Amino acid sequence: MDDSEAGLERYRRSRARRSAAILAATVALAAATFAATMMVGNYHVSWGEVIEILLGGGSPEKRQVVMDIRLPRILCCAMVGAALSLSGLAMQSLFKNPMASPSILGISSGAAFGASIAISFGIGAAALGRHSIPLMAFAFCFMTMGAVYAIARTRYGVATVTLLLAGVAVGAFFNGLVSLMQYIANEDTMAAIVYWMMGSFNKCVWDSVYIALLPIAAGIALMALQTRELNLISAGEEQAANMGVSVKRSRAMIIVGASLCVGGSVAISGTIGFVGLIVPHILRMIAGPGHRLLVPMCVFGGAAFMMAMDTLSKAAFPVSVPVGILTSLLGAPFFIYVMKMRKKEMWE
Amino acid sequence: MILDVGGVSFSYRSKEVLREVEFKAESGEVLGILGHNGCGKTTLLKCINAALSPCGGCVEVDGDPVGEMSKREIAKKMAVVMQTTSVTFPFTVYETVMMGRYSRIEALGGEGEEDAKAVYRAMAETETVRFADRYIDELSGGERRRVMIARALAQEPGALLLDEPTLHLDINHQFDLMELIRRLAAERGMLVVLVTHDIVLAARYCDRAIMMREGEIAAAGPVGEIVNAENLREIFQIEADVAHDERFGIGVTIVGRAGGKKRDAGREG
Repeated sequence: MDDSEAGLERYRRSRARRSAAILAATVALAAATFAATMMVGNYHVSWGEVIEILLGGGSPEKRQVVMDIRLPRILCCAMVGAALSLSGLAMQSLFKNPMASPSILGISSGAAFGASIAISFGIGAAALGRHSIPLMAFAFCFMTMGAVYAIARTRYGVATVTLLLAGVAVGAFFNGLVSLMQYIANEDTMAAIVYWMMGSFNKCVWDSVYIALLPIAAGIALMALQTRELNLISAGEEQAANMGVSVKRSRAMIIVGASLCVGGSVAISGTIGFVGLIVPHILRMIAGPGHRLLVPMCVFGGAAFMMAMDTLSKAAFPVSVPVGILTSLLGAPFFIYVMKMRKKEMWE
Repeated sequence: MILDVGGVSFSYRSKEVLREVEFKAESGEVLGILGHNGCGKTTLLKCINAALSPCGGCVEVDGDPVGEMSKREIAKKMAVVMQTTSVTFPFTVYETVMMGRYSRIEALGGEGEEDAKAVYRAMAETETVRFADRYIDELSGGERRRVMIARALAQEPGALLLDEPTLHLDINHQFDLMELIRRLAAERGMLVVLVTHDIVLAARYCDRAIMMREGEIAAAGPVGEIVNAENLREIFQIEADVAHDERFGIGVTIVGRAGGKKRDAGREG
């Protein structure tokens, strides 16, 4: 490009136009996926009928299918997809590691353990009633985050690398406990734990939306407030501090935000792997590493991805397959395909 | 701008790295901090911009202690260019330089016209505009170093702190960079604090220098006075010829190690 001020301004404008177009396309994709997934299922409902029902009309049977079954389930998918994708993006940027995912701090393993003791022993059932499993998962998610932070803390503060190591160790510990629970459990309980661990939206109802909405919305807001800081931190913490970022404060906000998102997600859908790794990765390949664009893209793109995967999991097979299996089975080859297409030099 | 480093001491655990380092510097000058590897130069730089908190003493900028300023306030006063730059997620050159505006943009604000102008000025000064759309990992070492200086200039600071800016650069890129640094001090009136172990370049381009040995100031003053054969022998253990040239300034020719053996000593035959 030419080195005049006008040349740089042209570049700046074209960059802004490109960003707006990419974001608009992602939002449109999420809206189209929402519309399509509302129509797909065992019971056929046309788009016109969906609109009619959403506006308060429609036949009672179809209304029940759309309003009581599909809508809460799709909203859960969208929330969980957005939450896991954004948390994955934040973890990758915070740890400057493209292989990081929301599970890197061990929080999803902690949540899985919370849910598995609720399933096995009915712990929390007396106080929390039918919400004991999601709420125990959520509670253990935060307890795990606290434990990881406490372990990583030294008198000089919390270093990111120590946080990462503590997360890996605590995660492995909770994974071991979950395996132990499966080993000692009877057949029914073990099946329930395994099903829950695979991740699924089959049991999502309006209560699930209410349980997850607040933590996920708060988590997304916390991370979205750190958009500019994430840019600088992803280029190096020391450099970020030199440019004026309060790294300690930003890191705490990002980790609490990601924990709220992961806790809220695991509470209603179990552990769904791979989404938090591949969605931010693919979006970064399309949009570049700037978080101003990536943060909203992860929210809408992650929502679209999860809605599509869930619909596929229930429509493409004779029986509904847990979506966690599908995200790994389809996500991994797709991820490899995209990497080969976009980054040939990495492979050659 | 006046930088006042007052009796700064620093220890890593029980190892004392800096011992009562004291000096003042002001706008428009290029101050070199020279010394062997491990003598505490980089630690001193980190104490100056409050990345490390000194165990004793205080650093003040225009009379305000940097230890009591927020990160954002410090970034408006001084910018740091570090030795190395890690690139995990490659941003474009323009995006990288725009990062320097962080401290100048309101917490929830976006980039405005003023920021775009500051970025252009910084890029024009460092001759990096022509590769604004390239990714940072596609640049050569010298180009990347200039981009990092552009990012620091985009902060519009009063002082520029540079840690080994010429490391890994070939000789022509070293001269280019040092000439840029001199221009910044002369034209922008910036204070440039330059940490380096390259005595030859420091002697030629700095106004004043501080020579450090084992965490203490061993010599300080205008380069014309302190860069001499005696100090170089005593502090750096090298034998060197120091010449004053009207065209090129102070030239240091390193002859060998003080008390060292001849080149062919020990060879057989």
